[in-house]
Amino acid sequence: MQGSRREFLKQVGVIAGLAICSKASPARAERGPTGVSIAGEDQYGVLVDTTRCVGCRRCENACNEINPDLPRRDSAFFKDQTVFEHRRRMDDSAYTVVNRFCNSREPSKPVFVKFQCMHCRNAACVSACIVGALTRDRNGAVRYDPWKCIGCRYCMVACPFQVPGYEYGNAFTPQVRKCHFCHQVRLSKGVPPACVQACPMEVMTFGKRSALLDMARDRLHAHPDRYVPHVYGEDEVGGTAWLYLASISFQSLDFPKLGYQPAPGYTEPIQHAVFKWFLPPIGVFAALGGIWWYLSTRGKLSQEESDT
Amino acid sequence: MSASEQAAPMDRKFFTTGAWILTVLMLTGLGFGLYRMLFGLGAATNLSNQYPMGLWIGVDVATGVALAAGGFTSSALVYVFQREHFRALVRPALLTAVLGYTFVAIGLLFDLGRWYNVWHPMLPSMWQGNSVLFEVGMCVMCYLTVLYLEFIPIVCERFVGRVHLPCKLSLLNKPIDMLFRFLNLVLGKVMFIFILAGITLSCLHQSSLGTMMLIAPYKIHPLYASSLSPVFFLASAVAVGLAMIVFESILSSRGFDRKPEMHMLTPLARILPFLLGLYIALKLGDMFHRGTQVFLFDGTAPAVMFWIEFGALTIVPFLMLLSDDIRKSPRGLLLAATMYIAGVLLNRCTVFFIAYKPLYSEKQYLPAVSEFALTVGLVCTIALAYRLIVTYFPVLPRHDI
Repeated sequence: MQGSRREFLKQVGVIAGLAICSKASPARAERGPTGVSIAGEDQYGVLVDTTRCVGCRRCENACNEINPDLPRRDSAFFKDQTVFEHRRRMDDSAYTVVNRFCNSREPSKPVFVKFQCMHCRNAACVSACIVGALTRDRNGAVRYDPWKCIGCRYCMVACPFQVPGYEYGNAFTPQVRKCHFCHQVRLSKGVPPACVQACPMEVMTFGKRSALLDMARDRLHAHPDRYVPHVYGEDEVGGTAWLYLASISFQSLDFPKLGYQPAPGYTEPIQHAVFKWFLPPIGVFAALGGIWWYLSTRGKLSQEESDT
Repeated sequence: MSASEQAAPMDRKFFTTGAWILTVLMLTGLGFGLYRMLFGLGAATNLSNQYPMGLWIGVDVATGVALAAGGFTSSALVYVFQREHFRALVRPALLTAVLGYTFVAIGLLFDLGRWYNVWHPMLPSMWQGNSVLFEVGMCVMCYLTVLYLEFIPIVCERFVGRVHLPCKLSLLNKPIDMLFRFLNLVLGKVMFIFILAGITLSCLHQSSLGTMMLIAPYKIHPLYASSLSPVFFLASAVAVGLAMIVFESILSSRGFDRKPEMHMLTPLARILPFLLGLYIALKLGDMFHRGTQVFLFDGTAPAVMFWIEFGALTIVPFLMLLSDDIRKSPRGLLLAATMYIAGVLLNRCTVFFIAYKPLYSEKQYLPAVSEFALTVGLVCTIALAYRLIVTYFPVLPRHDI
């Protein structure tokens, strides 16, 4: 598994390099051998150290403030701690939520986990979208363009983290709703997302993904007693821009157990094999035509024979 | 040799009791459809962020496409494999496909949140070659066009020499008649291209529908998470296409008080055990190869559905169709065909929303009343449209032959 992944990354690197050398358009350079987007190592990411989070929900508040299309809520709304009694998920009213979990190691100190779109490197939603309304930017953000969207909700089926929410209450112009990494107003200028800047506990660290991975490994190395030895998001579904550290197992914190293969890893090879140079469809067409022609000429011949 | 010598309009009274019942169900469904259009998906359906696709995708779209497969299987049999014996079945099957796919498109409009953008995949700037759904969408659009082209000769045949527009419009009689003759002539010459294209396009999108849910392999019950899913979808579509021809032929014979066309249906049913046997062998082979038989008794909804749709409604009709007596009896044949059609319906529903186990789901999705009502309404509309068209157009075989 590890070997083949390395092989894959190597191939990706070579192809990306070739594409850049040949001055291909940026969109082209982001496509790997299977067509999945593979923005380079210079992309941004965020490292979330859940051991530092105290559940103040200021990140939720900041997210609400910076996104005018979310329902307006005052800061008192986000001071309510009773929300932790139930598991919450992101939806069309919140792009990020914090949940509280029992800490099996230290029952007196519950674990808080902020969650939002993981911004996968090989995003399933981007691969699934029928019109390319979901795209992955070179800086790492997975973005949504409502003007292209037809509202099929296949992206929601595809997402391995069950992130996108839908505006089911909107009858005429419903949108798919999810965290966009503050792409437009902040990330494109190199500024960290609003939630990262709002955090008083420095739970989140913003930076280049490769640097964040080094930082995460350093922390694991320096405090092996504090963390489970795993950086969630480093390899899951081919890697995500948001990375997590935790003191207890990720499964007990509601993180899905996922393989290392990118989520579109089944569909894209099938699709690209079926349409390789359009040969299989043309082959079927030609084979059927051949059978038809052969059987009809044979039929005519036998008819002529019986006539004579 | 052409079908025109054998097919004729039915010329019967349109509104019988059955037709009235269908009309009432159709109008009810359309009422709920209007409700969805005015008040949105949230008001009309039980869909959620966990279950974004439901009954309308599983039945109206996925099952609709599978059950309309008779159009391409019959034309492959009669044209490509030259089984002249079945020629009279081509037109009814073609009509089923035309109506089936038309209503797949209409049903989809109710499910799409931004249905007015449905044409977007046609714009090259929005082409997305990695998306399975894009391929399905493009193939269905192209195939629908091909189906209409294949149906034009039937319309021409109905109206050539019989264009009688009233009053001032009668000036147009001659040009319209000429147009029909011209269309008939040109299409007759190139129809083989469209027939071959139709079969190719069908193979492509029937199988790709099976690829669709593989985008979320982590969320699918192991019994259904096979990378051979596209092959299963294609194989079952070919088989259910023939089953639908049998089903509709027997039902429309009953509806119009005619004798069932057993001289064609029995030989057609002889092909079914081969197709079903292949499908069953593939499915079982895949199950044992992946070792998923251990999930057969896990008591979950997908496992139960597997027993019902595969065990009871695929293997049983397969065994029934092995018997010559059942193939020769209209009632036995109808029962076996109906069972398998129900099996495919449940299979598609299982793949699209029962075997789909989203993360963080609090409760299992159950379709809302309005979802059922619209689906039933659309099926009734198809049945009524079928009855209307065979009444006025030469589709069904002439009875006196």
